[in-house]
Amino acid sequence: MGLWLGTIQLGVKSLWLHPMRSILTVLGIFIGVASVIWLLAISKGIGDEAQRQIESLGADTIMIRTVKPPSEKLSSQGLTPYGLTREEYDMLVATIPTVRSAIPIREMRRQFQFKNRKLDGRLVGCTPEYAEVTKLELTSGHFITDAENFARDCHCVLSAKVAEKLFPYEDPVGQRIYMPENQDFYLVVGVLKPKGATAAIGGSMAAQDFSNDVYIPIRTLQQRIGDTVMTMRSGSREGEIIELNQITLRCRDVTDVKKTAELVGAALDSHSKMEDIAVVVPLELLEQARTTRAMFMLFMGMIAAISLLVGGIGIMNIMLATVTERTREIGIRRALGAKRRDIIRQFLVETSVLSLTGGITGILFGLLCGPAVTMARTLANTWFEKQMMDLPEVVRTVQPSIVPESIPGAFFISLVVGLVFGIYPATRAAKMNPIEALRHE
Amino acid sequence: MSETMETDGYACRVVDLKKEYVLKSETVRALRGVTFDIPVGDYVAIMGPSGSGKSTLLNVLGCLDQPTSGSLWLGNDDAAKMSDDELADIRSQRIGFVFQAYNLIQQLTVVENIQVPLFYQGRPLSPEQRKRCHDLAKMVGLGDRLDHRPTQLSGGQQQRVAIARSLVNDPYFILADEPTGNLDSRTTEEILQLFERLNNEGRTIILVTHEDEVSKRAKRVVRLKDGRLQWDRINSQEVRDEAARYALENMPVEV
Ligand SMILES: Nc1ncnc2c1ncn2[C@@H]1O[C@H](COP(=O)(O)OP(=O)(O)OP(=O)(O)O)[C@@H](O)[C@H]1O
Ligand SMILES: [Mg+2]
Repeated sequence: MGLWLGTIQLGVKSLWLHPMRSILTVLGIFIGVASVIWLLAISKGIGDEAQRQIESLGADTIMIRTVKPPSEKLSSQGLTPYGLTREEYDMLVATIPTVRSAIPIREMRRQFQFKNRKLDGRLVGCTPEYAEVTKLELTSGHFITDAENFARDCHCVLSAKVAEKLFPYEDPVGQRIYMPENQDFYLVVGVLKPKGATAAIGGSMAAQDFSNDVYIPIRTLQQRIGDTVMTMRSGSREGEIIELNQITLRCRDVTDVKKTAELVGAALDSHSKMEDIAVVVPLELLEQARTTRAMFMLFMGMIAAISLLVGGIGIMNIMLATVTERTREIGIRRALGAKRRDIIRQFLVETSVLSLTGGITGILFGLLCGPAVTMARTLANTWFEKQMMDLPEVVRTVQPSIVPESIPGAFFISLVVGLVFGIYPATRAAKMNPIEALRHE
Repeated sequence: MSETMETDGYACRVVDLKKEYVLKSETVRALRGVTFDIPVGDYVAIMGPSGSGKSTLLNVLGCLDQPTSGSLWLGNDDAAKMSDDELADIRSQRIGFVFQAYNLIQQLTVVENIQVPLFYQGRPLSPEQRKRCHDLAKMVGLGDRLDHRPTQLSGGQQQRVAIARSLVNDPYFILADEPTGNLDSRTTEEILQLFERLNNEGRTIILVTHEDEVSKRAKRVVRLKDGRLQWDRINSQEVRDEAARYALENMPVEV
């Protein structure tokens, strides 16, 4: 034990003879280890976020979306109805036994007004279960109830942002908002908490962000607005005839999802000609996302491993130079009683000191990953606000999450790198003939 | 051979020692059968023309090199028959080396350099051993420079550190290959006086030299020629005293 301690002291002393050289060598390993931790943490952060977004769709749900069919499938004159129908909704509920609940949804773009304040957003007609399945939480009031839906009440629930924009000073609950397109007033009965985006589903590629939503009972929507929606867009009238934009099915159990999806596909087979629906199974997305994440992390890990390898080669290079430079010292030590294994130990300890110093500082720096990314983002946001907005969503929001195994892993790898790349120079030193080594220079 | 060689009272005994270097084109016979004994307390100067095998002999005596044949008795062990590791143990426990080029380790201080042979004995240093290192540094006159590095010392001072280092393991004998070869006459005299003092205290010293003045200070001179012992003489006390006086008288005046 004392022997090792002595050897380590000696190693540090020898390395300190060339501080710059040793620091640069350590830097190689430092960068390698830090990048292992950083790259893994960032890719895990990205993967986790994707997974969270998909999970928030609900792993036990299946979503059937109406999508606009390709233009050649629509007749040239007049409006062609397309998409999911209420009849199909009833059919799915009645015939598929694994479905626990089903939510019909109709959405459209609408303007909302209160006093002189206006906001463009999305009007969503739905049933009470919608709140539970989409994990909506309320700050005040209540979500749409069965009674309201049944009675076709003109009641609505506002998302946090709509409430904030239309009612910056007032309490929204109890007030009425106005929708100019259909000249109706709706009584606000509840306000939601802010909610993160969920994964993209159906036709819309962007993540669903729910931030500008207003929810009303679907039966109210059906009666007040109907299926045909006409909009003025740059002078010309555009329209659509859709009964339902989406049906969200909730299965009795996650294990039923696959089978249910097949049954749904078969039941809605008639749509395959029109290509006007899309079935989204979050569970499948989730599995895909997991695979993608694993691939991504593997790839990043390989890049990091290569930089560690480069660091290791740096160590070997320096140690070989050191061995040549210290031939005389090796000769002296051998003459004074050092065995070959003492020489090997001495050089291995030196490489290990280099690689472990790099490893430990690299780990410490790696642990700073989270705060460092947050700080870099804050700085970038203040200095390059414009450019930041152009960056993809993931880059702006990713929160690295350190992979716990990467810490001992990086430590172990740096140790192994030190030993592997140290062994050749060390044996070369030990093999030297002491007499020739003493004559060196 | 004589497995029961009498070794009491001898620092080492050399029997028919041969050393050949096999090269591609020829075989160099550096030692062609050398036999002599070195009693404990002897002070031997090895002389001879260049290439006569002095360094080769010293390397074999110092267990740095193995002879092609013959025996080298150190105590009851024949070093000629030992493995690399066993020879290393012998070097760290029974032999003190002093080199022409001092050969201190640059990154270590004076005391640490003196400790090196102990370090390779495989045990952590005991407090007594540490004290011994300090005492040795004092003995060679460097008690106030324990923490200096070799580069901060003069050649003579470095050689004195080397001598202190050669004594740290209480060796059977000290081997010195042209220890004064790099030094001026004043410092040479310092070193020779130090050797004389050590020899008077009972240390066995074997040194290789080219200079008659140095060899005359030893108790005995062994001359090699072409890898063989040419002659082996005792210096009378008069010769040694005369040489010492001559050296002092011809010391260059300090400037
Ligand atoms: N490693 C070696 N390989 C081949 N030949 C060698 C080797 N070492 C020494 N010799 C040869 O052995 C002979 C004796 O060499 P050695 O170094 O012992 O002479 P020396 O008496 O010390 O000479 P000097 O006074 O010049 O130091 C020389 O002929 C030399 O060339
Ligand atoms: Mg020589």
